[in-house]
Amino acid sequence: MKKILQFTMLLVLAGAGGCNDDKFLNKEPLSDLTIDEVFSSSPQVFSILANLYNRQVDIATVKTWMTMADFSESFVSDNGSDQVNILRRTSWNYDSWNSWDYTYIRDINLFLERAEKATVLSETDKTRFLAEARFLRANYYFELVKRMGGVPLILNTMVYDYSGNPSNLQFPRAKEHEVYDFVISEMEAIKGQLPTDVNQKGRATKAAALAMQSRAALYAASIAKYGVNTPQVSLPGHEVGIAASMAPGYYAKALSAAKEIIAGSAGNYSLYIKKPNDLQENFASIFYDKGNNPESIWIEDFQLKTTKVHGFTVSNQPRFGAEEEEGGRINPSLNLVQAFEKTDNTFAPIRVKDASGNPVYFDKQIDAFAGRDARLGGTVILPGSAFKARPVDIWAGYQLPNGSILSGDDRGSQRPMPDGTTAQVVGFDGPIVGKEHTAQTGFYIRKYLDPAIGSGSRGTQSELPFIRYRYAEVLLNAAEAAFETGNASEAAGYMNQVRTRAGLTTPLKASDITFDRIVHERRVELAFEGHLLYDMKRWRLAHQVWDGERLTEAELLSNIGKADKKSTQPYSLLPYKVYNPGQPNHNKWIYKVALSNLVTGSNRFRLGNYYSFINDDIRSRNPKVVRQPNQD
Amino acid sequence: MKKKISYIMMAAMMAASFAACKKDNYTPPQSKLSGRLTYKGEEVNVEVNQVPFQLFQFGFGKVGAISSTFEQDGKFSALLFDGDYKLTVPANQGPFVWKKAASGAQDSISVKMAGNQELDIEVTPYYMIRNAAFEAKENKVTGTFNLEKVITDANAKNIERANLYINKTQFVSAGDYNVASVQLSGDQIKTMTGISMTVGVPAISPAQNYVFARIGLKIAGVEDMIFSPVQKITL
Repeated sequence: MKKILQFTMLLVLAGAGGCNDDKFLNKEPLSDLTIDEVFSSSPQVFSILANLYNRQVDIATVKTWMTMADFSESFVSDNGSDQVNILRRTSWNYDSWNSWDYTYIRDINLFLERAEKATVLSETDKTRFLAEARFLRANYYFELVKRMGGVPLILNTMVYDYSGNPSNLQFPRAKEHEVYDFVISEMEAIKGQLPTDVNQKGRATKAAALAMQSRAALYAASIAKYGVNTPQVSLPGHEVGIAASMAPGYYAKALSAAKEIIAGSAGNYSLYIKKPNDLQENFASIFYDKGNNPESIWIEDFQLKTTKVHGFTVSNQPRFGAEEEEGGRINPSLNLVQAFEKTDNTFAPIRVKDASGNPVYFDKQIDAFAGRDARLGGTVILPGSAFKARPVDIWAGYQLPNGSILSGDDRGSQRPMPDGTTAQVVGFDGPIVGKEHTAQTGFYIRKYLDPAIGSGSRGTQSELPFIRYRYAEVLLNAAEAAFETGNASEAAGYMNQVRTRAGLTTPLKASDITFDRIVHERRVELAFEGHLLYDMKRWRLAHQVWDGERLTEAELLSNIGKADKKSTQPYSLLPYKVYNPGQPNHNKWIYKVALSNLVTGSNRFRLGNYYSFINDDIRSRNPKVVRQPNQD
Repeated sequence: MKKKISYIMMAAMMAASFAACKKDNYTPPQSKLSGRLTYKGEEVNVEVNQVPFQLFQFGFGKVGAISSTFEQDGKFSALLFDGDYKLTVPANQGPFVWKKAASGAQDSISVKMAGNQELDIEVTPYYMIRNAAFEAKENKVTGTFNLEKVITDANAKNIERANLYINKTQFVSAGDYNVASVQLSGDQIKTMTGISMTVGVPAISPAQNYVFARIGLKIAGVEDMIFSPVQKITL
């Protein structure tokens, strides 16, 4: 028995010795593709590019509703500790909004180097892929410079040589303007290599490149111009801060890039105006109409029945009768609602009291908001309006003749009325203080809500795109750049196009265009699209608008439309039904301005918040990276 | 019985872990450096947790600072090992001018620690709030004060606003640390003496018959405010 075993073993060993070692041990993996294999066919290269597209970073996105909820533009109807913290905190952390994803940049650099070497790709494909990767890299550097100021500009892959000394891999931060210059010059270089196709929204196009160029140049220009207001926000090496003398050049660049799009050289883009008879719905449609939308330029697209869907509508739909037992998270604040001007181009608070301080009675709830900018109803679901053809039920209670309020503590609660009957005393959509999912400010958000059936259910969700660049912003970029370079009449021309679409038919004259107007127009047109923080930072207004002092009602209601108007706490506007049988005002509506007692904090933007904290581990790995100013 | 054994084992392990602590720890720093921010011997009052100072110890090769902040009455303290330190306030912090070296960097104070040490830091504030007096009447607090512009040369700054803050605890300033405040903007302040502000006291729960009050002054272009001393006022 033993002998047989020994003999067999010997045979096996002899067999192994006979193998060709090289061939036997070096096998191509069956489960992975090698670099050469991947870069041998266009669809495979495109799939890598898709991954790079998917990893773009946005400051506000439909994928996470909380990213849109801050800055006192809205109240968060959510009792989770992270969410309530938005209402309770008194300042932002220095590391808020920071980003430092050099892994992503390395992956793009790797892609560029490998695609460059690929021999099998057709010349057309290769040019477009390379241009798209450069577009994505520049867009992420743009995102970095907005948040962090100057960052190390790494444009090639780096390899460590295991020498024990990594100093050849450590690069200092570039100057802030160098990063902006990089973005602008990259867009100049690739715009001719990208397609000119107004229906191509998900991938980079010539218009997207020009729109990014225009925005980047505008940001750099305003930092240069308004940086003088905050001399402390700068570093001696100019990693933060841009010299004031560079402003005119950047403004000119911003204007010329915007004009290229406006002139149609990048495709036939225009303002969305398919529903001219209902301008509010028209404005809301910009964000949900995916077919032949001439306004959106570059979007993050989503598609139903794939994993690439988002739950923005699930989280924010009106709660009453919703397709899911949730919704109503983002409640726009009165601060934002009253900023929408009246159709005669004047600013006024919502008229809740007459000159002698008595309440104003409205027959219908919606009447309080009549005669305003159509973008108000397009951005916000107002009391008395509807979503998916279902009216919202927003009212805080009954106003009794003796001055007291009759209300309930649950959605649609019933209580005994003074006449002995029992009736519903509060809306099914609230507002009820502390009741999450209800419209606690009296408003829901409408922008980015999807009216398609099923959009509000968790199993289906929504395929609305998130618009990163759209034509209206290009017009506003042009208006701002023209205004800042002293051409107010040209600026008025661009602004009036955007305003006419919003139902503001009386055109602004050149003399009406002021810095306040520019700031205001961007705030209302681009609300909840991720512009507010960056705009307030580049105008160096953030520390004035969010100065940490409590906002009184008198302060809230005055100086509407001023650029540096304080907005530190989100206010509510609560509708009440009047109960006074036999009197003319019975069942009419009144409104009350209120501050929820959940709002205990007041936003304070410290000078150290202008540029986000660079984490200590980053700086200890690379001592050449200097600290941000004012963060000690 | 099983339970009992596990309790005994837990107790034994805890005892062992406590015993182990003693062996490998250093003696803690024991020399106390303390002092206050002063201008001509008077305390400079600032906002709590907002005005930082940094201590650098020589001879360790590390670049990091020991950072902390001043208390609201300008006091500071730090427990340190004996040795040589430098103390500084980072650039653009505090409602005062900090001396600069010829190169433009922040100057520093050399501190030699050998046992406890008291050290007052003399600074030049842009403004001082003088003779702040508070009076409570009919559930309202009225604060009256004078202002002194200390820096009048090329570095002089204007007043952005003045606030009267009241709080139910002795921490009084903007943000979380007030129950009510009232504000005068820079152009409403016409004179530097006898400035007066009145704020209503809101309902405090649980009820208390006193509040703490102080005046804060925001200087244009300076992030940190300067304050008057906190006073307890009986309503």
